[in-house]
Amino acid sequence: MKETASIHISMRFLRVWQRNFTVYRQTWKISFLPPLLEPLFYLLAFGVGLSVLVGTIDYGGSEISYTSFIAPALLAINIMNNAFYENMYGSFVRMYYQKTFDAMMATPLSLAEIITGEIVWGATKSVMAATIMLGVISAFGLIQYPEGLLIVPLAFIGGIAFGSMGMVFTGIVPNIELFNLPIFLFITPMFLFSGTFFPVENLPLWAQNLAVLLPLTHLVNLTRSLSLGVFNTSLLTGIVYMVIMCLVLFPLAIHTMYRRLIK
Amino acid sequence: MTTQIIVMMKQKHNALNGSGNPVINARNLRKTFGNLIAVDDVSFQVFPGECFGILGPNGAGKTSTIRMTYGFSPMTGGTLEVFNLDITRNARTIKSRIGVCQQENNVDPDLTVQQNLEVFALYFNMPPPEARTQALNLLKFMALDHRKDARATELSGGMMRRLVLARALLNKPDLLILDEPTTGLDPQSRHQVWENLEELQTKGLTILLTTHYMEEASHLCDRLFIMDHGRVLVEGKPLDLIRQHVGRDIIEVVEPSETLRAFMRSWNLKHEDLGHRLIIYVDDGNALYHEISKDHCTGGCIMRMATLEDVFLKLTGRELRE
Repeated sequence: MKETASIHISMRFLRVWQRNFTVYRQTWKISFLPPLLEPLFYLLAFGVGLSVLVGTIDYGGSEISYTSFIAPALLAINIMNNAFYENMYGSFVRMYYQKTFDAMMATPLSLAEIITGEIVWGATKSVMAATIMLGVISAFGLIQYPEGLLIVPLAFIGGIAFGSMGMVFTGIVPNIELFNLPIFLFITPMFLFSGTFFPVENLPLWAQNLAVLLPLTHLVNLTRSLSLGVFNTSLLTGIVYMVIMCLVLFPLAIHTMYRRLIK
Repeated sequence: MTTQIIVMMKQKHNALNGSGNPVINARNLRKTFGNLIAVDDVSFQVFPGECFGILGPNGAGKTSTIRMTYGFSPMTGGTLEVFNLDITRNARTIKSRIGVCQQENNVDPDLTVQQNLEVFALYFNMPPPEARTQALNLLKFMALDHRKDARATELSGGMMRRLVLARALLNKPDLLILDEPTTGLDPQSRHQVWENLEELQTKGLTILLTTHYMEEASHLCDRLFIMDHGRVLVEGKPLDLIRQHVGRDIIEVVEPSETLRAFMRSWNLKHEDLGHRLIIYVDDGNALYHEISKDHCTGGCIMRMATLEDVFLKLTGRELRE
């Protein structure tokens, strides 16, 4: 990490953010649809269709409806997906096919600032998606306020964490097809087993221990306790986990991109 | 509007000229990729207002050299000063004062032509109103103003190139760096780009370019060097290089006879024997051409002026690269 140790990141990274925002503004009406409709589909399918079979779920000693159990998980999954895919597919396309980073590197921008701008942009997309979803889910009365509002800043931290993770893969994969690997081995299992659609406690013990290692498990814990206004120790563990994830993966993302692009 | 930009450039240029120092001072540049030595001990200086060319076949090390000069790739060895500033310590300051036209047309496909320039100006911390004026001026200068609302990807190759060139001029650079500015363009577009570059040159902009088109180099460059296998072979003014290395005239003889070959050897004339073709380098070819065409011109022969291409092929060889 020799070359990244001395790197100074100035506020110029916001210029890269601005570039992505300019592009986003052109298609915002389409970009707004998935976070608006997705929770509606899920709540309809799971809440109406499945909850009849499931009934209620025990959460922290009290019984909650299945819909209020999965609604926060949908938020967490969207925070993860927006940043992760933006900094994986989106950044890869800009880096590899469009050579956007090459052009930027001939300006006063440094590569570290370009990558920072990209990751902060990914986190911004997580925040926007989470905010829209929060509104939709609130309409069903599934969010406890004011605690629920903390999900907005949480979306930013989660976005930085998962965006950095996506960027690490962007820094190391030889071609875009190989993104299927982290998605299949990592994102999909997390989507299913991180206490999203059923409590982690339902898994066998060995699998529970594995699930606790997964970042989405912690993000789901966080969104769930904030949505339901239930504060416990898992909230602290979750925050610490997310912050450490940012502190490790963000510099690692910059490092892998340096190795890839500075030749 | 266009003249405004140009006047500003000229003022900048004059201020720069006052110092008399080279704009680029490269000493013993070296670049290696693993075991491959891409650039091996290359030194050159570019002075204010000059157009300096780096010529060489594919893989000679042109792009590696030029990428080090704009702070894109770190040097393996040597020293490099741009505007009297050390590139390893002042890359950001240097990059804010240069315009770069990379080899690929890396315009932003997600944006329109005008947005391409306005967004790029942000990277230089240019205030948006100034960015807009500057963008519109440059689009006019590059004859792209009628396409300003088109998607950048809808442009033809030549237009895209001019957009990249306009983008490189946004920050009113003191030095313009061009990596193969006309590769892949049709003759019309190529001449249009040359015209733009010549206009910038007459206003005193310092230019560093790479090319493997000899015509382009003779057209634009005040001085140049030819490099191959990472090393500089010769450096000088295009015309001087032609005189020094190949002479004034070239006589080409197709299917030369043995008697002609013997004649060449007996008179000790500078020539190259390609088997089916004999190339003779002379300072004044008239008398010799008369002689040859009388007795030895069975397969056809021509006399023409020596060009930079003759120098290039003589020095870098005729075998295919890559």
